[in-house]
Amino acid sequence: MSRSRLPGARVPHWKGTAQMAPRRMPVPPEVAIPMSMNIGAPAKPVVKPGDEVKVGQLIAEAGGFVSSPIYASVSGKVKRIDEMLGSNGRFMPAVVITSDGEQTVYEGIAPPEVTDLQSFLAAVRDSGVVGLGGAGFPTAAKLTVKDNSLIKYIIVNGAECEPYVTSDTRTMLDDAPYVMKGVELLKKYLGDPKVIIGIEDNKPQCIKRFNELNTAGLAEIHPLPSLYPQGGEKVLIYNTTGRIVPEGGLPIDAGAIVINCTTLAFIAKYMETGMPLVEKVVTVDGSAVKTPDNVIVPIGTPMSAVFEFCGGFKSEPRKVFYGGPMMGIAVPTLDAPIMKNTNAIVALDDKDAHIPEPTACIRCGLCIDHCPLNLMPVEIHEAYEKRDGAMLETLKVNLCMECGCCSFVCPARLNHVQTHKLAKNVLRAYQAEQKAAAEKKKAAEEAKKEAAAK
Amino acid sequence: MSNLTLSVSPHIRGKITTRTIMLDVIIAMCPVLVMSVYHFGFRALLLELISAAACVACEYVWEKLRKQPITVMDLSAVVTGLMLAFNVPVTMPIWELIVGDIIAIIVVKMLFGGIGCNFMNPALVGRVALFVSFTGDMTNYSFSRHVSVDALTSATPLAALDKLNFGDFWELFIGNHGGVMGEVCSLAILIGFVYLVVRKVIKPIIPLTYMGTTLLFSWIFGQNQPVLALFSGGVIFGAVFMATDYVTTPFTNKGKLIFGIGCGFLTAAIRCFSNSAGGVSFAILIMNLLVPYINDLTRTRPFGGVKAK
Repeated sequence: MSRSRLPGARVPHWKGTAQMAPRRMPVPPEVAIPMSMNIGAPAKPVVKPGDEVKVGQLIAEAGGFVSSPIYASVSGKVKRIDEMLGSNGRFMPAVVITSDGEQTVYEGIAPPEVTDLQSFLAAVRDSGVVGLGGAGFPTAAKLTVKDNSLIKYIIVNGAECEPYVTSDTRTMLDDAPYVMKGVELLKKYLGDPKVIIGIEDNKPQCIKRFNELNTAGLAEIHPLPSLYPQGGEKVLIYNTTGRIVPEGGLPIDAGAIVINCTTLAFIAKYMETGMPLVEKVVTVDGSAVKTPDNVIVPIGTPMSAVFEFCGGFKSEPRKVFYGGPMMGIAVPTLDAPIMKNTNAIVALDDKDAHIPEPTACIRCGLCIDHCPLNLMPVEIHEAYEKRDGAMLETLKVNLCMECGCCSFVCPARLNHVQTHKLAKNVLRAYQAEQKAAAEKKKAAEEAKKEAAAK
Repeated sequence: MSNLTLSVSPHIRGKITTRTIMLDVIIAMCPVLVMSVYHFGFRALLLELISAAACVACEYVWEKLRKQPITVMDLSAVVTGLMLAFNVPVTMPIWELIVGDIIAIIVVKMLFGGIGCNFMNPALVGRVALFVSFTGDMTNYSFSRHVSVDALTSATPLAALDKLNFGDFWELFIGNHGGVMGEVCSLAILIGFVYLVVRKVIKPIIPLTYMGTTLLFSWIFGQNQPVLALFSGGVIFGAVFMATDYVTTPFTNKGKLIFGIGCGFLTAAIRCFSNSAGGVSFAILIMNLLVPYINDLTRTRPFGGVKAK
């Protein structure tokens, strides 16, 4: 298939932890499990302070269709249900559990009975799994499609294009058989679509591992160029199948479903053990961290405990974020908990945390050349400065996935992603205004017609 | 422990800054600078350094007086100064050159808001201003000290196109003829061109289409030796260094293509029908003015974008 490749940015790899098999950290004395760890509705707590809980016991049920249940990650006693500051700057409820250090497993843990699509989706839902690559979209909701025949491709995302992050790499090296089992499950219950496993070519070990396991030809192993952001959903779908997700549409509108490799491996494991999502492999890295590593962390563990497990800091951390440096979310405090969709935590030292002062745009067009979605950040910037909603609509800032390529390459150090986030608000306000005006006009016309009819 | 910086992603940035880009342009102009000294002696170097210094000084003083942040460290004023110096003959009186620098930096660049805001290439406007103000000094083309071919000494090559043959081509190519300081040696300019392309500072689209179109239309308009028309005068310098200025050229490849073709056509037309020595300058400046329109017409198509109803 000959088609032009979507552009992107050559970001550094910094995957120094790729060869480090995850180590289990000691149980923290206390975990604070947020009720919003997924896109969609938050979960509703079903425990109250004073309750004894065990590992894998339900503590919050799904708050809607696009939501996911939450399970205790430690055994112990529920201390309180509290509001805590989330990484999005909003307060959200969290269940705080004091650990007894025993990690007693809940008696009710048993492999789910899966016989058909409905029971498969129910099991995925009960497992508490959400998109573990970082997005946190409830997987069961993603796999629920009107008609399975719509699914032409399932793409397993092993791109892991963000610098530093190697937790997916570890999944592909340590749990590749589970990924393949997951592929089997998906093929079995979702109408036997074509499965493609996309892996950036900076992980030859992973590609080799899957080629070895894929003797039956269950999936197509698709090496991707190491060009950020290969793991972006739309980019991945296009680069593996040539299909284009239309504006405002979902991957399924292009006949595709994208699932992260760690998510898939987890589902396969869950089908064997019945242990829901209570812990996560997290890459710990960054210039302020003493010994970068991959760590198995109970969900709800404060970042500070995880950093401590990695030998603490070699210099004072000045910026700490969830995920990789291109799209990671900065946190205001080290109390921030490890969540379901945390794949990495990075702490930067004073030098690396420095935010360069933006200078004047020199209209070089690098932001346009490197935008995977062919947007024009420089023009969006101008339209935003003028609060020009109509122009922002023409420029389609709504399509921006905030991958950060434009900011990364900008010689003037402009904060394009920040501008795009703000511009999206301007566009939404403009569109709401337009809609209201149109409705008003329509109502006025109808009133006129009625008056004329009388 | 709440000493943590909060900011929107990305948390890392690439290595390219405005300054590294300008530095690359300066490096790309070094062969031209060396050849200008080779051909015209040390007065060439003196003029180039003075011009660069004058531009930097203008920008610095202006920003100091207006109490604006000082931006001279981005090196863009150095680029403008060097470019303007390359566009004057070695005999140019120093004060006249400085007038050009002031016009370029103060009038064209700073009055419109500084770097990134000028709608025409500052060095080119400076050149045109000098051209109309001091026409005699600006066209007092001196000859390279290494001129050996009679035909080349008889006049500026552009004025004597008919008398040249291809045997003189190499002499022309390395700059053994008369002209302004930076334009005589095509070889040096093309070395700079290759450097800029390899370093990905510029895309080759504009220079190539510009040169190609000039060649084509010179031939269509009946020039006897279009190739010589290309290698004499300011086409190559203009195409490589002037018509690739980010601020005053279109964003997209399609836009750049239109821009390059427009420049080439206008250059050939002005040269053939008006006999103006400023063909390249006016061609690029006219196209500079069209850039906003070209940009509007050549927007990218967003990936997966659905046309508005």
